[in-house]
Amino acid sequence: MIWKRKHGAQPLSVSDSMRQTMFSRRSVLVNGAQLGVAGLLAARMGWIAIAENERWELLAESNRVQLSLIPPRRGWIVDREGRPIAMNRSDFRVDLIPDRVQERDRVINTLAELLSLPEDEVLRIRTELDNVPGAQPVQVKAGLEWEEFAAVNVRLDELPGVSPLQGFSRYYPAAAAVGHLVGYVGAPSREQYLEEDSNPLLLFPGFKVGKDGLEKTFEQRLRGEPGARRAEVTARGQLVRELETRPDKPGDPVRLTIDAGLQEFVGRRLGNESGSAVVMNCQTGEVLAMASMPCFDPNSFSDGISHPEYNMLTEDERVPLRNKTLLGMYPPGSTFKPVTALATLAAGVDPEEIVYCGGGYTLGNRRFGCLGVHGPMNLHRAIARSCNTYFYSMGRRVGIRRIAWAARKLGLGAEYDIPFPNQNYGTVPDDRWIQRRHDREWTDSDTLNTSIGQGYLLVTPLQQAVLSARIASGRAVVPRMVAGDNRPAPPIEGVDPEHLARIRAGMDEVVNGAGTAPRARLGLDDVRLGGKTGTAQVVNLSAGRGGMGVPWRYRDHGLFVSFAPVDGPQYACAVVVEHGMSGGRAASPVAKDAMLYMFDRERALENLATLEDGWGGDIRQRMAREEAAYRAANGLEPLPSLPRVEVPESDTSQDAGPGEDPTRPPPAVVAPAPDAPAPPAGTPASTDGAAAATTPSAPASPPAAEPSGGET
Amino acid sequence: MRNNYDSVVPQPIADLPWRLITLVLLIGGFGITILYSAAGGSAEPWAWSHAVRFCMFMAMAIFLSHLRQEHWQFFAYPVYVATLLGLAGVEALGQINGGSQRWLNLGFMQIQPSEIMKPALILALAKFYDGLPSGELRKLVAIWPALLLIGLPAALVVIQPDLGTTLALVAGGIVVMFLAGLPLRYFIGGLIALAAFIPLAFTFLLEDYQRNRVLTFLNPENDPLGTGYHITQSKIAIGSGGFFGKGFLNGTQSHLAYLPEGHTDFVFATMAEEFGMIGGLALIAGFALLIRWGIRVGQRSKTTFARLTAVGLSFTIFFYVAVNLMMVMGFAPVVGIPLPLVSHGGSAMMTVMICIGILMSLDRENRIPR
Repeated sequence: MIWKRKHGAQPLSVSDSMRQTMFSRRSVLVNGAQLGVAGLLAARMGWIAIAENERWELLAESNRVQLSLIPPRRGWIVDREGRPIAMNRSDFRVDLIPDRVQERDRVINTLAELLSLPEDEVLRIRTELDNVPGAQPVQVKAGLEWEEFAAVNVRLDELPGVSPLQGFSRYYPAAAAVGHLVGYVGAPSREQYLEEDSNPLLLFPGFKVGKDGLEKTFEQRLRGEPGARRAEVTARGQLVRELETRPDKPGDPVRLTIDAGLQEFVGRRLGNESGSAVVMNCQTGEVLAMASMPCFDPNSFSDGISHPEYNMLTEDERVPLRNKTLLGMYPPGSTFKPVTALATLAAGVDPEEIVYCGGGYTLGNRRFGCLGVHGPMNLHRAIARSCNTYFYSMGRRVGIRRIAWAARKLGLGAEYDIPFPNQNYGTVPDDRWIQRRHDREWTDSDTLNTSIGQGYLLVTPLQQAVLSARIASGRAVVPRMVAGDNRPAPPIEGVDPEHLARIRAGMDEVVNGAGTAPRARLGLDDVRLGGKTGTAQVVNLSAGRGGMGVPWRYRDHGLFVSFAPVDGPQYACAVVVEHGMSGGRAASPVAKDAMLYMFDRERALENLATLEDGWGGDIRQRMAREEAAYRAANGLEPLPSLPRVEVPESDTSQDAGPGEDPTRPPPAVVAPAPDAPAPPAGTPASTDGAAAATTPSAPASPPAAEPSGGET
Repeated sequence: MRNNYDSVVPQPIADLPWRLITLVLLIGGFGITILYSAAGGSAEPWAWSHAVRFCMFMAMAIFLSHLRQEHWQFFAYPVYVATLLGLAGVEALGQINGGSQRWLNLGFMQIQPSEIMKPALILALAKFYDGLPSGELRKLVAIWPALLLIGLPAALVVIQPDLGTTLALVAGGIVVMFLAGLPLRYFIGGLIALAAFIPLAFTFLLEDYQRNRVLTFLNPENDPLGTGYHITQSKIAIGSGGFFGKGFLNGTQSHLAYLPEGHTDFVFATMAEEFGMIGGLALIAGFALLIRWGIRVGQRSKTTFARLTAVGLSFTIFFYVAVNLMMVMGFAPVVGIPLPLVSHGGSAMMTVMICIGILMSLDRENRIPR
């Protein structure tokens, strides 16, 4: 009996029959409750399996199928002939996927042993494992040797959570010589990741994006589209089978107007100077070389640069991290005189009119000096001898507006449409500018300073190249970096070609006659180079010009603008050597050799070899030595594998291979022969590293250019 | 009821409760099938040993079914005491060896006394109430010995610690007390006391891992890779099976090892993934029939001992199935109770087969007049 109270008076004791009835009722109750539970369970199952079926099915599928990205191979950057400037080569790496790691300490210790990881790297891996969300891989080591990679692969079964990957890394055969041109790639920053709406590709281990220069500008074009691999995996991450694979779509190549050989030559030719050089086709504006030295090695930037190496670069007073061709601004000095000459001619002044140079020009009670006492000067001789007095006099006569007009006609003060994140456009001052900027009247002494390229004038090396090209061709060339359009630029409007011809004659005289740049003579029978030297004061020293006697950073800049051949100009070249003391001494030989490369490559390379012997090796060797010295000076242990430093110069150049760390890129081939089979433009080969090696070196490549073919 | 086929079938065979045996065979056979799939379509390592064990214990149950009620009455206390000693022995051994131990190694086989205790406790309680005159039912003497009978083994099991078995013992015992006819107010009062006690027990009595299980049960998504992993993966398996299932041998959750314990505690999820809701309902119905049969045995029995034993044992089987299914479907915390006759593993199968054996023996007395 269940509900005893219903019976009113409670019986004191229970009879046997009551007990049996109670059992019957209560057992029915128990059974009913059990059936209720059964019904509840059935309903619950229906809820999960039918009502929520879709949700759980999705989860089961995402359990079962592992979707992994195949990162796209980055498009190549090639030169005008299709020779690689930036390419890919295979790279072995090992990552840890925190979610899947079991027995963390054992796994890390095994890896440390297999890959000979240093203590601080082990520490870094541990810290990252603690801080990184579970599915995001943590890099253990990149750039593995094949043996190390194989050793990890063999023991994969006992290393849960370890993910070995064969990927690609960026490789720049010409290393530092193209650093500022192409920029570099690196792991995406958090900002970049968020900017791209958390694109999972950016989290892929070892995936790099363009960080600077062309690599950054052409990022979307070079990147390509990732592929995907669907695979069935067990809970422990073991692969059961591949389901389907969508291959990656490699990035498009970018073909530049650059001549890779010339680019590297120019980079090397600048030597230990802090300088920049720009060579362009003066008819079309195609930039053939654009080098700013010294430069970082984009290879080490792309692999992740070490702290000491980075500190060394930032502390260098030659600012290796600054692209001086676009960002460096200099007073043009006497290289501006052709501009003043154009203004003079455009004003209708007779070029044969004589200005007598007695060593200077007097304006009121102020004397503006000349570097010499040149005597009677006409326009031609004034350019050749770089006579200040003539240009003071003519500049003052034609006025600042005309000078500024000529400067702008010749491409100064302008920003160009080139694929770089930053460029400066300098200053072409005039009366309106000074009113706006300095809130004062323009004075005659401002005009005088401007006529000889001092004062407020500021130009970049790229603008200097445009200036040379426009004088040389009479065409309104603008610099172009991407190959494709090689039509000549239209003539400069409003400028009389006759005037430019007169200026060119003067610039011919500068080099090949009684001028200021005899060092720039090409020494060829049929090709002459015309140019104009310039020396820009860095500080106004009481001692006069900043020459040998003052500290390096106060010395004058040397500038040179040039074109060749004088008869029928094809190329224009501008060189700036910071603190080079004078344009004729420091800058003009570089321009000469760059031009020589275009007309007589063999001799240019011979010259370079001799010079590099004197400097102590090619760029790579000198940079390695600088780094070793820097590490020694800062109490850091030397890198395990540096090129031998003590070896006699002539030997070092022969001997880049044996002492060098095998993980470092092989020495680049300097000058591919003109008939070298160029790799197909922008086809990212899988055996990238070898591609450079198959290019036969030029017959006259200097000894430093050890062909990498012998390397394994 | 006596079968009078009078044919070629010998009387002892014909007397066996064939419908019940068929039901148990069906459930066990389904278990073997599921274990075959859980091993990725292989008889090793689970299906074959499960089949062997199943046959062995089935034979044992049929043997037990030939014992008489007097035997069970006679053995009720001795078996209870022996098992209690076994439990104490396990505890002592555990103290010596350090750490928790649930097994007693008898040399030829390993025995888990806590499993034997489940039917033994039911028998002892039934025996106690059978000997208690109806007039005493409302007195204190009807309660404290029963509580002692339940409390002693429960205490020994809870310190092992084995929460699942403790709950099974206590629940089985209380159901017997309820059926014995104790006043209802005790149970209502007990329920209220329990409601008050649970938060206290949760805070002070449970081990950390047990507390975690409860917390995880309440919110499995909180910790999808830790303790909530089991429940979530189990729900994925059941939910993705849908109505008809993915088909035999086609389960991915189990075959790719996402479902933990897919051959033991979570065998129902393994089944549901491949056989869907149909399979689940069939299995639930099978167990419901089995339990209902056990209760019917009790309802038909003539003695208090037989009645209480039959319903108590049925409830023990029910407790296994219900708690396991609730756990698998996310209704109860993960307490580590297997699905009897289906999960791989001997002890639960042994317990349930003992229960079935005793039930068959009581049934025989109801059907076959002596």
